Amino acid sequence: MIRFLASVGAATLAALASIGRLAMFVADTVSHLVRPPFYLREFGHALLQIGYFSLPVVGLTALFTGGALALQIYAGGARFSAEAVVPQIVAIGMVRELGPVLVGLMIAARVTSSIAAEIATMKVTEQLDALVTLSTNPMKYLTLPRVLAATLVMPILVAVGDIIGIMGGFVVATERLGFNAASYIQNTVNFLEPLDIISSLAKGAVFGFIAALMGCYFGMNSERGAMGVGRATKGSVVAAAVLILAANFILTEAFFSA
Amino acid sequence: MITLIDLHKAFGANRVLQGARLVIPTGQSMVVIGGSGTGKSVLIKCILGIVKPDSGTILIDGQDVAKVPRDAFLARFGMLFQGGALFDSLPVWQNVAFRLLRGSLATPKVEAKEIAISKLRRVGLSPDVADRLPAELSGGMQKRVGLARAICAEPEIIFFDEPTTGLDPIMAGVINDLIREIVSEMGATAVTITHDLTSVRAIADRVAMLHGGIIRWEGPIADLDSSNDPYVDQFIHGRATGPIATIR
Repeated sequence: MIRFLASVGAATLAALASIGRLAMFVADTVSHLVRPPFYLREFGHALLQIGYFSLPVVGLTALFTGGALALQIYAGGARFSAEAVVPQIVAIGMVRELGPVLVGLMIAARVTSSIAAEIATMKVTEQLDALVTLSTNPMKYLTLPRVLAATLVMPILVAVGDIIGIMGGFVVATERLGFNAASYIQNTVNFLEPLDIISSLAKGAVFGFIAALMGCYFGMNSERGAMGVGRATKGSVVAAAVLILAANFILTEAFFSA
Repeated sequence: MITLIDLHKAFGANRVLQGARLVIPTGQSMVVIGGSGTGKSVLIKCILGIVKPDSGTILIDGQDVAKVPRDAFLARFGMLFQGGALFDSLPVWQNVAFRLLRGSLATPKVEAKEIAISKLRRVGLSPDVADRLPAELSGGMQKRVGLARAICAEPEIIFFDEPTTGLDPIMAGVINDLIREIVSEMGATAVTITHDLTSVRAIADRVAMLHGGIIRWEGPIADLDSSNDPYVDQFIHGRATGPIATIR
């Protein structure tokens, strides 16, 4: 019994220590926002990598999801003669939930893993130590530009994902399900409220922050060797995905609980 | 002058440094020898502040390194890392001129590139290497680029971490000669850690042996073969028997 309690205690302490380390990492990252120097070139590079080069995967994910959503709502709605709600449900589903969450998860897969692997490799090959000896703070040079870029660019990616997702639903609804194009667009525009769009963009910013932060955190704390890099990469993606889903629930509760 | 006083550093139960003391005179080339895993790299990283010692004091010209402004302090150092530690995403010239492109030593890009190319020439690399990426270079060329980066901002103190590891004997000799020449012409203080005795004899003015977390022996290179220290003797003759346990 004592052994069991000891193991529970040890696990609890380890979990609390991890939370503490992560909190300090977040505080350190944010504190660099107001402390020069700022590495604008790194920031621009991160904007391109995280934003521009993620557009194809975001677009394709949203397109197919929007199309599938339209088919499902049509089929499901037919059970109680509510096929006509396809435009409204596709719009609200994409903008409020699927757009931000799927874009967040795709960014976690594409960007978080890439950041974690890159920084972890830099750590095991002593490039982080080299940065320090060259009077360059790795948090300022590597973490801040990536986290800031992801936080700023993710709302744009989510907006693009929302629009393409709705377009996917539009194409399926008008080409396969016989909806009238003009009334589909009219219903979509009329149904969406400003809060839907604001919540979508806000979720994007939070998810972007989480995705980049997890990549940097796990990369910076990577263990040695190829296995260490692999573990850091895997851990970063899992942590980012879980935190994005948890944050999504909290934000949904905050925005839409009546 | 670099002075290490009673340095201690442990990683969990592994007590790497257990009271290391060493004085490195200004303008001298000190080589720290010792087996793998004896804490040579940790010693250097403690001086640079990359690793924080658990206790002890490090003085540079009488100033406690824990109390001096970090950027100004680091601006006095250059370091050649064991694996080069070149930044993969940057071309060679930007690696070399990294310090000149940002921070307090920021220099216009054209000028920084010219300096980088001159440093590349100094280590025997042609200017056409400047625009290549590190991954396109051989191990020996990467070491040279790392050396060029270490000397680019004309540091007062240069650290060399296993400068010849992984190189063939001829390239190792070239790197040793370069280090000796560059340190002499710059008048810099050099600290090299290695277990390559050819490097020791080529580079060192003085030698210190680290074992068991302390400096067991320190003296001029001329006294290395007659140190009468059983640890040093076993190490430099590569004997399997002696006070240094061969199973670690």
